[in-house]
Amino acid sequence: MKNSLIALSRDALFSLRDLVPIVVVIAVFQVFVVKQPVSGFWSLLIGGLLVVAGLAFFIFGLRIALFPIGENLAHALAKKGSAFWLFTFSFVLGFGTTIAEPALLAVAEEAAEVAVGAGVIENDEAAIESYALGLRLVVALSVGVALLLGVFRILTNWSLPVMIIGGYVLVVIVTTIAPPEIVGVAYDSGGVTTSTVTVPLVTALGVGLASSLKGRNAMTDGFGLIAFASLTPILFVLLYGIARQWI
Amino acid sequence: MDLIRDSLVFVWDSASDVLPIAIFLFAFQLFVIRERIPNFKQIVVGFAFVIVGLGLFLVGLEQSLFPLGRLMAQQLTDPAFLESVHGHVRESLVWQDFYWVYLFAAAIGFSTTLAEPALMAVSIKANVVSAGAVGVWGLRVAVALGVGFGVALGCFRIITGLPLQYFIAAGYLVVIVQTTMAPKMIVPLAYDSGGVTTSTVTVPLITALGLGLAEAVPGRSPLLDGFGLVAFASLFPIISVLAYGQFAVLKGKT
Repeated sequence: MKNSLIALSRDALFSLRDLVPIVVVIAVFQVFVVKQPVSGFWSLLIGGLLVVAGLAFFIFGLRIALFPIGENLAHALAKKGSAFWLFTFSFVLGFGTTIAEPALLAVAEEAAEVAVGAGVIENDEAAIESYALGLRLVVALSVGVALLLGVFRILTNWSLPVMIIGGYVLVVIVTTIAPPEIVGVAYDSGGVTTSTVTVPLVTALGVGLASSLKGRNAMTDGFGLIAFASLTPILFVLLYGIARQWI
Repeated sequence: MDLIRDSLVFVWDSASDVLPIAIFLFAFQLFVIRERIPNFKQIVVGFAFVIVGLGLFLVGLEQSLFPLGRLMAQQLTDPAFLESVHGHVRESLVWQDFYWVYLFAAAIGFSTTLAEPALMAVSIKANVVSAGAVGVWGLRVAVALGVGFGVALGCFRIITGLPLQYFIAAGYLVVIVQTTMAPKMIVPLAYDSGGVTTSTVTVPLITALGLGLAEAVPGRSPLLDGFGLVAFASLFPIISVLAYGQFAVLKGKT
């Protein structure tokens, strides 16, 4: 209990230090460039304190829950030796955490607006909703596939650079035939899929898996899952944009 | 008190994000692995900390950083502000006139990345796994430098209207060359750092910057040109982390 308290307050101190740069940047620009008074000093201060406390709590919870359970599951799955369950687990983890991702909801709605503007879909509620839902499903599917591919790579020891660079070459090729209005959305969707809760879990999964397999190194083989999760959404969304032109 | 109500709403939101994942993990453990969860109590407490922490973190951001950051992004890209700095009319602004925007973009990209919880998680893990060879702080600064540079360059692209894919393709060419030269152990981590950086703190602020900029620059559409900053912010950390690895090797040799 006492140790936990010490760990928690250490995390709080670190969070405080992590937020100093933001405060400095905002203050400097406010005072020297924008030169407009800021209202609500106290609410800013309380907000800042909540950020520090929240960050400290999150990091503490991460260490005692997210990391251990992620790694424990990876070890158990590796011991079980069933590739089927390992692939199922990775796919469901990727798909499930992405479909409900709030950042993705926002991007899907904006993308639907872009599509209306470009005349790809009708400007009515039903068409917009079905477009946005389609996009969310495609992105969630792509993250599921990404984790599956990433785990497959850890098992087979294929070269990560070859797979990732190959993937991006494919992205560049597909971009040339994709409708222009989907390109920005597609490239951004790679970044928004990997949320604050998914990243630690996926990292723990990869590292746990690599460290429980013989002949794999946790450092060189355990990382790389997130890289797949940033790549496949771009490709899938571009393909979705192409497909929507025909239907 | 509005703040208390807001906090409860945000904690509830974060619970509805986290609980399905927790239930999935527990179900998998019980029905597929068929083992009890080790340290079950500790895990439950940890999940509670994660939920409350994320909720407070987000409510705090909504209360302080986001309104201020969005306001500043608007003010810096406001045509009236740009005209007052340069004495040009809006139509004759050239890309050099936006230097405050580039500076702000770089500074906000850098500083928000340092506060990104997902990046902290990966740095902690990388530090442990590499037995200290990858520093928690060093990795985060490397990633933050990459994001800062990427966001500034992304703003330049919005202002000049050059095609997004040229920049991205060129960036990946640099990544390919670096990959052949960087130490092998840093490569997977570098590739991961692209996706890690862009989550809770960075995305809302740089999206506001991109949209404000696309609105302010004549001939740009917020819908078509406002996107793409996240892509820059995901690409350049790969380059900077690979460079961090190369630098560490050089330093080790001398």
